[in-house]
Order: sequence, then C-alpha cells, then structure tokens
Amino acid sequence: MSDAATYKRAKRRALGPYGKVGQMLDDLDDRLGVAKGGRTFMDKIFPDHWSFMLGEIALYSFVILLITGVFLCFYYVPSSALVTYHGSYLPLDGQRVTEAFDSTVNISFAVRGGLLMRQMHHWACDIFVGAIVVHMARVFFTGAFRKPRELNWTVGLTLLILAIGNGFLGYSLPDDLVSGTGIRIAYSIMLSIPFVGTYLAFFIFGGNFPGSATIPRFFILHVLILPLVIIGLVGAHLFLLVRQKHTQFKGEGRTEHNVVGSPMFPVFMAKTTGFFFLVTGVTALLAAFAQINPIWQFGQYTASRISYAVQPDWYMGFLDGALRVFPSWSFHSFGHTIPWEVFIPAVVFPGLVFNVAYLWPLIERKVTGDNEIHHLLDRPRDRPKHTAFGVAVLALMGMLFIASSTDVIANLFRLPLNQVLLAMRILVIASPFVAYPIAYKICKELQGFHGAGKRKTPNLVTRTAEGAYVAASTPAYHDDAPPELEPEPVPTFIEPEPEERAESGVRTVER
Amino acid sequence: MSDATEHRTPVELKGLSANDPHLQAAAKNPKTVEHVVAFLFTVGLLSEAGFGAAYWVNAKPWIIGATFGFGLLVMGFGLVAWGKYLMPRGPFVEERHVLANAPEDRDAFAASIVERGGAVVQRRKMLVGLLGGGLGIFGIVSLFPALRSLGPVPKDTLDTTDWKKGTFAVDQTGRRVSAGDLAIGSIVTVFPEGLENTDRGQAVDQTVLIRISNENYTTQKGRETWGPAGYIAYSKVCTHLGCPVGLYEQQLQLLVCPCHQSMFNATNGAIPEFGPAPRPLPQLPLYIDAEGYIRSQKGYDQAVGPGFWERS
Repeated sequence: MSDAATYKRAKRRALGPYGKVGQMLDDLDDRLGVAKGGRTFMDKIFPDHWSFMLGEIALYSFVILLITGVFLCFYYVPSSALVTYHGSYLPLDGQRVTEAFDSTVNISFAVRGGLLMRQMHHWACDIFVGAIVVHMARVFFTGAFRKPRELNWTVGLTLLILAIGNGFLGYSLPDDLVSGTGIRIAYSIMLSIPFVGTYLAFFIFGGNFPGSATIPRFFILHVLILPLVIIGLVGAHLFLLVRQKHTQFKGEGRTEHNVVGSPMFPVFMAKTTGFFFLVTGVTALLAAFAQINPIWQFGQYTASRISYAVQPDWYMGFLDGALRVFPSWSFHSFGHTIPWEVFIPAVVFPGLVFNVAYLWPLIERKVTGDNEIHHLLDRPRDRPKHTAFGVAVLALMGMLFIASSTDVIANLFRLPLNQVLLAMRILVIASPFVAYPIAYKICKELQGFHGAGKRKTPNLVTRTAEGAYVAASTPAYHDDAPPELEPEPVPTFIEPEPEERAESGVRTVER
Repeated sequence: MSDATEHRTPVELKGLSANDPHLQAAAKNPKTVEHVVAFLFTVGLLSEAGFGAAYWVNAKPWIIGATFGFGLLVMGFGLVAWGKYLMPRGPFVEERHVLANAPEDRDAFAASIVERGGAVVQRRKMLVGLLGGGLGIFGIVSLFPALRSLGPVPKDTLDTTDWKKGTFAVDQTGRRVSAGDLAIGSIVTVFPEGLENTDRGQAVDQTVLIRISNENYTTQKGRETWGPAGYIAYSKVCTHLGCPVGLYEQQLQLLVCPCHQSMFNATNGAIPEFGPAPRPLPQLPLYIDAEGYIRSQKGYDQAVGPGFWERS
C-alpha cells in the first residue's frame, strides 16, 4: 500500500466514518439537532404515479414566476404619469404613453433578455393556473380531498383563487389597450353589486373609472401582498402534505397504513429536480418561440379606444363567456337598478361555484355518510356519481370558456353571430346534463372491464388427444411489467443506530 | 465538534453488496442508460454555454430563450432518467402513523383548555363581555378609515357627464367638429371641448357622432330636434360593461361593442338589438350653431355606461 493511500485512510479516520460531509452534518446537528428529522425527511416516501406531478408543475411554475417577476420588477415603473415614448420600437415613437406602458415596452426591446423574461413570466402564469386546475381535478376525481385532507383542499382552492386574481392584476400592469379594457370590465362588474358596488369600486380604484390609483395599487398587490399570501399558503399546503403523508393508489403491498414508492433521497430528489428543469425548459422554449401579449401592437390604453377580438387570459375565459351568454335582464324600478345581466354571471355564478367547491368535502360527507379516514385513492370509475358530477361541472366551465370567443367562432366559420350565441346558450345549459350520464355510463362500463390498460393476450386453442378443442386464455405477458416486488421497509439503507452516544460525554436528557 | 466522532463505527449499509432486487437499477442495461444520460448532460452543458454566449453578444431573444430552454430540457430529461432508471428501483415502504393521539392525551388537551379556561371565563363573565365588545367595536370602526381613505365617495359622479348647454364637440386632437366635416355614413368620437385628453373626458364623456343621410332625423319620439342635418350622437360607453362602442356597421346602421357584441340600432334611439346590453345608449341632443359647429343642446338626460344600484 502506498504512502498516499495510508495517509488518506488515516485522514479519513480522523474525520470520522463519513468524512467531511459527515463532519459537516455533525456540526449542523450540534447546533440545530437536525439529524433525526433530517433522516426522516431523507427517507420520506413519494408514491410513483404520473398524476402526482401535476402539483409539482404548479409549484415549479410558481418558482419561475417569482424569479422572472423579480427581474421584471427591476425595470417596470408602476406609474400612470404620461411621458413621450422615444424608445427603440419606432412605430410608437413620439406617442404619449404612461410610464407603466413605456417601461414595459422598454423591458421588451431595450433590456437584454427582457422580452424573454416577460414572455416566460406570462407563460408561467398561464401554466401555473392550468396546473392548479388539473391538479385539483386529479384530487377531486380520486377522492384525495376526503378526511383527513379537507383542510388542504381548502388551502389549495384558495391558492387557485389567488393565482387567478394575481394573474389578472399582473395582466393589467402594462397598461396596454387590451388589459385596460379588462380593468374597465372588472370595474363595471364591481359596480353591478347591489347596495355597495359603487362604493367598492370607488374605494378600490380610487374614484370613477379609470381611477387615480389603479396602477400603483395593482402593482403592490401583485408583487408583494398576494405573492406573500401565496408563498405562505404554499408552505401550509406542503406542510400538511408532509404531516399527513401522501395518498396512494391501491396496488401491490399498498394499504391504508403505509406509503409505497421512492425515497426522498436520492431517487425523488433526482426526479423532481429534473422535472423542475423540464418545466423551466418548456416555459423558456414557449417564451422563445410563442409570442404572448405583444403590448406594443395593442398600444397605450385609452378609455375611448378598443380593438376587435379582445380576449382575456384563458383562466378568465369562463367569466367572459358567462357574461356573453347571459341574457340582458336588468332590474330597474323604485329609483334603483340591479344589473342582473352582469351581477349574476360575473358575481353570483363564480361565487356559487367556488363556495360549492369549498364546501365539497362537507357536502360529500353529508351525502355519503362516509366519515372514515382515507389514504388510499379511488379510481374515478369506482365512484361513478362523484366522477360524473365533476365531469358535468368541467363541461359547463369548458362550454363557458368556448363561449368567450363567440365573435371569433362566428368570424372563423362565417356564421351569423346571433346563431353562434344562441347555439352557445343552448350548449352551456345542456352540457352538464349531457356530460353527466355519459360520464356515468363510461364509469359503469369501465368497472366491468378488468385488465384495463394491459395488453390483451391471445386465446390458446389446444387440441386434446380425443380430438376436442379447448380454448383458454394465455397468462399475461411476462414482459409487461417487472416482477412485482414486495415493498422493502424504509430505512433500507441504514440499520438502526446503536444507542451508544451517552458514553461519549454528551449528556442525554430524557424527553 | 463533539469528540463522539472517534468512537463511532460506520453504520452497516444493507443490501449494497447483496443482490437485493430493491436496490438494483430499474434499467435492463444500466450501461446504455448511463451513456444516454451522459450524452444528454453533455448536450445540455453545451446548450447552456451557448445560452451564455448568446446573452453575451446580445443575440435575438429567441436564440437566448432557445439555448436556455433546450439546455434545461435535455438536462432535465437526463436527470429524470438517472433517477428513474439508474437509482434503486424499490419499491420502498414507509409506515403511516395514526395522526390522532390516544384518548387520554386528547382528554388532557381538551381539559386544559375547557376546564382551565371555563373556570376563568365563568368567573369573569362581565370582563369577557366587555373585552369581546371592545374588540368587536374596534374591528368594525377600524374598517372605516381603512376603506374610506382609499377613495372618494361616488356622489353624483356616475350620473353626470361634462356635456353642458352649448358645449363644443371636439375630436381626439381637440379640433372643433363642424357640420361639413363628416361624410354621410361615417362616424367620429367626440369629447367636450378641453377634456379630450383627460381621463374623465376619455372614459365618461366619450360620445360617438354619426352622420346619416336623412336630414333632421328623429331617432325617437320626443327627440325631434336632437339630430340636426343628419348628425346624431350617442354615449360611446356600452351600457353592459362600459367598453367603448367602437364599431359602426354602416349598412345596418348598428353600433357594435367589440367586448361582448352588444348591438345598438343607431336609427332607433340606440335600442339594443342583440347581445347582453340591457339599455339603449343615451342620446346627446345636438344643434349646429351659426358658424356651423356642432354643439350640445344640454347634457345627457340619464347616467351613461353600465348599471349600478343608485342609478335611477
């Protein structure tokens, strides 16, 4: 053995059995006492199922939002003071614009990497809300919201509402023609609330439209207050997840009393870090190749100007669609007006949807009388009524989303606008009633269909010695799946540590 | 550093040398996967280097984004493949401990709150009532300044516009509009003189001026003198949600709001013919003065724009 090797070995012995890393961990544990908790965390088991990634998409797109948002903050000016544009985008040269618009155009053209950051921020927002919705659908259809996870359902739903709200605020900040029209509509929706609407609108916007304080207030809400609340609630969401542990689908070795999957370190950590890269990469590629919100084409917002096919971001689509299909019923009497044509589709309807969603765990417990603790997930087909209800709601919302582009549909297919609107009214009302029985029937059909998702095996026909033919199905292909392994208990890597530390001079205290 | 280090022996790692299938890589050919992952990491590394170079030379945004995004994407694929195919395939299991505590612990917890607190509260009911009342009043009262400081109260600002008797109609640039300016069948957005560049002029007072072929056209009964020489004017603020009614369908003489497709019949008092708007656009009575300028006889006879509770 060479001298160098001997020296290395001696040095390692001096450092203790786990070398420098072990020493660092020891130092950390001396000060914070993290060894036990840290080990439990490293051994935490994450069930392997693709649908568990949906929430991760939401989390990672939020991280992208924070990072790109900080970048944008350095250059954006939240002011509606008028300046004359003299930037590098020549078609706008010499126009009177607000500082908000001016700075946003400058981010797009003058700041290096600015356009990419703006587009990543916008795309990440659309992905964020989308991922939350799909993640929520997964939680709903598999019954993951049931006891003991009702509180986390509530936290998640609040996150959805905050994400939509903050998305709208951020969308409004550039002060361009399209977003300004969006603020105008939001203002009018607030006005429609009986008794308090005018006061609410005047207080929030600082006066009659367009208000004196819109941009600065939206800015501070968008970049500080709502993000803080969202970060807090994301923390609560994850804390509850760790505390209550993951749900899991039924399967080999999986019970109500365990979690089967991959450990936090190293398997899940590698996969989830890679997944973060994937989400960021896709967002960056979208930002690089798919233009989003080219405000320099829309121009500065002016209350008397408007453009054709004004569409909000996708998550506001259902609201816009509801406003389009609802008939022009307005109450006007006794010196007062109740604008039902706005109040019902834009305030009552979303209020109803979100309140039912909030109360859903309670409603379902009342209906089914099921007060048990559930850690195993259901396949959607196994609870056909529940699934069909969820599909009906999604169908209604989807139809409203489509209804938000009646003018584009009419233009695209050369149809009269009033026929498109009539068709959309019928479709919106009919969609849940059509979707429910179809989804119910599909669930029932699937229930009777065993071996779904596996390759079909051929029938094996054998001729017996007597000349008779006997048909029997062959066993499943052995290469379809790796051999089923009984799950190995964690800790797999580490044997329990012998209780010897009290000898070493460190006083132990019974807790 | 504690001196415990020297006395510690390495913890036995189970299964690493044995053929425990749980600890084997999931891939059938780990070497191949390793090569693929190494290739992906190399491509990602080169792409990210390209990203740095693209940023350095201030390349076009799509090149910066493409190198950055593509690099992360392949690195991500590589990392996921490493985790999925080359790390212990498991499955591993973790026991799920019941979150609920034993009944005696729950009782002790409840007792410490209910009995200790109950004793205090029952003995001092008046204090509790006064404290609750005080905090309640404080909560409600503190709402007033928090809300009221945010903005002015509406008063009549929603019911009125700045069109008065004899106000000149001017276009976007502030030029007065006179009777000969508009071709038949065309429209222009007008504002009260002096307010064309203000928020209120743009948002509240905006008015659409249409010239139709009929001379002295009466859009509705009682409005016989409102449209001199074929000039009629309506509020441009949609009665549905306040978008500007910016489109004019010349053949059908319809004013169209692009937001939610409300359509107003320009020749019939701007009555809504289609869409969600509940009310006609208010009409502005006009006259043409001796010098040929278009001016308002008086202001609008009702509130313009979307509905609200106080609107009579």
